[in-house]
Amino acid sequence: MAAISNQLKYKFGFISAVVLACLIGIFCIYQDGLKFPASVTQLRANLADRILLGLDLKGGSHLVVQVQLQDAIQQHLDQAVDLIKEQARTKNITIGDVSEASGTEILVKDVDPNAASTFRDMIANQLSDFTLASAAGQTNGYLLTLPPTAIAALRSSTMDEALETITRRVDQLGTTEPTIAFTGRAQDEILIELPGEGDPSRAMAVISAGGQLQLTLIGDDQPGGYPSEAEALAAHNGVLPAGTEILPGKASSATTQGAPTTVYYVVQRSAIVSGQDLQTATPEPSTTYPGQYEVHFVLSNAAASRFGPFSEANLGKYLAVVLDKHVELDPVIQGRMDDNGEIQGNFTEDQAKDLALVLRSGALPASIKYLEQDTVGPSLGADSIRSGVRASIGSVIVVMIFLVIYYRLSGVNAVVALLLNLVILVAAMSYFGFVFTLPGIAGVILTIGMGVDSNVLVFERIREELRNGKAPGSAVDVGFEKAFLTIIDTHVTTVVSAIFLFLFGTGPVRGFAITLVIGLVANVFTSIYVSRAIFDLHLAHMKRDEVLSV
Amino acid sequence: MEFFRGVNVDWMGKAKYFVSFSLILLVIGAASVMKQGLTYGIDFKGGTEVTVRFANTPPTSQISSELSAAGLPNSEIKPISDPADPKSKNDLMISLEQKGSEETTSLDTNKQTLVTVLYKVLGESAQTKPDFNSASPAEIAAYLTQKDPLGLGAAAADRYTQLATALASSRDSNHGGVITDFSQLNSVSGATPAVTGALAGEYSLSGFAIRDAETVGPTVGAQLRTQAISATLYALGGMLVYVAIRFSGGGLLRISTTPGTSTFFLWKWIDYGIFGLAAVIAVFHDVLITLGLFSLTHYEISLTVIAALLTLVGYSMNDTIVIFDRIRENLHLMRRESFPEVVNKSINQTLSRTILTSGLTFLTVAVLYLLGGQVLRAFSFAMVVGVVVGTYSSFGIAAPIVVVWNKFRGGEAMRAGSAADKRVPAVARR
Repeated sequence: MAAISNQLKYKFGFISAVVLACLIGIFCIYQDGLKFPASVTQLRANLADRILLGLDLKGGSHLVVQVQLQDAIQQHLDQAVDLIKEQARTKNITIGDVSEASGTEILVKDVDPNAASTFRDMIANQLSDFTLASAAGQTNGYLLTLPPTAIAALRSSTMDEALETITRRVDQLGTTEPTIAFTGRAQDEILIELPGEGDPSRAMAVISAGGQLQLTLIGDDQPGGYPSEAEALAAHNGVLPAGTEILPGKASSATTQGAPTTVYYVVQRSAIVSGQDLQTATPEPSTTYPGQYEVHFVLSNAAASRFGPFSEANLGKYLAVVLDKHVELDPVIQGRMDDNGEIQGNFTEDQAKDLALVLRSGALPASIKYLEQDTVGPSLGADSIRSGVRASIGSVIVVMIFLVIYYRLSGVNAVVALLLNLVILVAAMSYFGFVFTLPGIAGVILTIGMGVDSNVLVFERIREELRNGKAPGSAVDVGFEKAFLTIIDTHVTTVVSAIFLFLFGTGPVRGFAITLVIGLVANVFTSIYVSRAIFDLHLAHMKRDEVLSV
Repeated sequence: MEFFRGVNVDWMGKAKYFVSFSLILLVIGAASVMKQGLTYGIDFKGGTEVTVRFANTPPTSQISSELSAAGLPNSEIKPISDPADPKSKNDLMISLEQKGSEETTSLDTNKQTLVTVLYKVLGESAQTKPDFNSASPAEIAAYLTQKDPLGLGAAAADRYTQLATALASSRDSNHGGVITDFSQLNSVSGATPAVTGALAGEYSLSGFAIRDAETVGPTVGAQLRTQAISATLYALGGMLVYVAIRFSGGGLLRISTTPGTSTFFLWKWIDYGIFGLAAVIAVFHDVLITLGLFSLTHYEISLTVIAALLTLVGYSMNDTIVIFDRIRENLHLMRRESFPEVVNKSINQTLSRTILTSGLTFLTVAVLYLLGGQVLRAFSFAMVVGVVVGTYSSFGIAAPIVVVWNKFRGGEAMRAGSAADKRVPAVARR
């Protein structure tokens, strides 16, 4: 009986180390040092901690929103137009019409030739991201273009800001471990996953709320608004006072029950206070209208120092509280207001809470649109886990029985390799932090089926070589050698498919691709290295003329 | 134990049976697709799909008419009970088309409309009390903490949170999300009569629970469809290149130097790449047959089904590669046998492995089909069909293609082009 070579000892040492590492990865948690489970309940708790489940198994909501980036670009252009007009006024440059020529261009007509250099300097200083050129076909006209690099930078910063704002809002909603990330090819989509959220409608409303708050004056001292835009215009003989615009809003009597009608207000364009100036916003029961709620806000010191004198200077006039370009309220300025105020509006407690949340997290830089929404209820999640685990155990048992019957002792070898394969797969998922989805469990089952193929390839070759008269040791050698390339070939093609799946698929499909790839990679290790080691061990213990059990 | 010792079947002679069988399946599939098309899941179609579990037999026609009245006339209601799960016998899948332009309708609207309709149809339109079957653990905990039926006093919040989670969990795992009576919660530890009484006082019990709701905007659906098709085509293309290179023995790379057996350049390319081409044609045939069967059986094609299709592409490739590997090896060893004979021998030699592997894989996906639950059903169906078709396509479609091409090119072109003969001088080839 041959002694077990040192090489074989090292092989088994290595394999044991791998197994230990895997078991640690599955059953132990790292919390100021490695913690081994002391009891069954702790074991289950650790397991639940390490094995991450996707939304389709845990239950929860999956949302995909698209940020309307063209809004942000439009806003940027609008602001530039306003700035040009204002600067022309203050610097006494005579200019003609300033308007948007296209989605990314501004045309400034009839710039006074004598002030041309002042104009150009002003553009260079204040609007440096635009490129300035003479407008074709326009004497003394200039065309400001937003170049692609600037547009790309704007898109990117808008996406970043949107992500931050949405993250703040979701955090305040109190969901455990939400996922918020960029997604999709077009680089304008954000993925939001809310585990455990069975009814996302309130979350969806909070996330997509514009959140842009502005405090400004009613432009024409006319409280209550006009029933329609036409009438508002007519009241001013077709020309609005300078620096004002018409906005829709709630009727003043909106504090009474019943459907608020929409009226139109003439408001000052420039706001004295905007959402960024808020320090906090909290929902409070209303003292003036018991049973309702309102939102109290506190301004930052800088804003308070503006607001105080402003309110004092405008006593008796009407303040417009504008939320997302919609006038919520127009109270009279009764006294000097420094740093706090309320927004009233017939809010329920939930509505007040949500509004306060939105104000605290800041306004979205551009509006967002929901593209996809998928909610898996917890009962379906629990059922899915149950079916998935049942099917996995079923497949493993079926395959195990067959292997042992068909390949006898070598079948046991294959079973050990298969079980180790699964252990490595689960441990890898745990170490890398990958998530199990229901298709992922299907991937595990496929790994079982396809993984056994590697062993079958080797064993059939070994049988063939034994039939051709080779000695057991030699047969095993040749079997593994001949089968090796074919094993690699077959794994490569499936891994290539899985890579395409990963690139193009979404959550659950990606989960499938990941478990399949990891399972197959682990399979190469177990079916070649581990199986071989077990064979070698068996061969070392075999008596001289013993037949190899395969 | 061994099934396949000393098998000696003339596979190439029998090729016509396999090809005819495939043709029949392809024709049936094509006819079905032309007549009733493919059933797309909402991943590709856009719209809203809601799975609802009912405590009792659902009043389907009433739901349908109420939905029309509420402005959703084109709704589809399908019972989707899972034979392996008796609790699911009253489950319905309700599909609502996406109404209105994307700008005006909120994505959530249709689902809310459906919920309103369901409450109305099941007799709880007043909805004075919140529904326990759709309450989250947080809501239940908040109520219990406030009501304090166990008299725990101020620090009871933690205890009630635990209890609420246990109650919700029992409702979801043991009763599929729908309880019809609060006494069904008695088995939860900590659920004393005081607790269940308090719950009964605050909550009503609707006869349904929403298991899963998915809404996809229409532009997204169209986009995903294009992506799915391109992913499949890319995968096939990638494999064509990989297999062609592996099996041409470098022939593809030195194509212009072989003394001409034919002046037509394209034929030379195919000579060297025929293995890859045959493998890809076989795999393509597998996908087409699977899709045809999907059309016949009305299983929904969703993203996970595309995942199954891509996997079976990989699987069928494997199978074909194993046989081609053996053919290549034998071309080198068996100098006297004719090409079809070599192919036959190769298939016979690998038959054991082929049947075993496909048998085992088939067993595992069959277990998945039977026990894997409703959500994976279409996926596992694709895999089951794929394993069967993918296996026979290797020796029934791919190998015959190579043999036929070889014959078309004058008998021994494949030997001339194979890697095996790289080292044999031109003289010996005759």
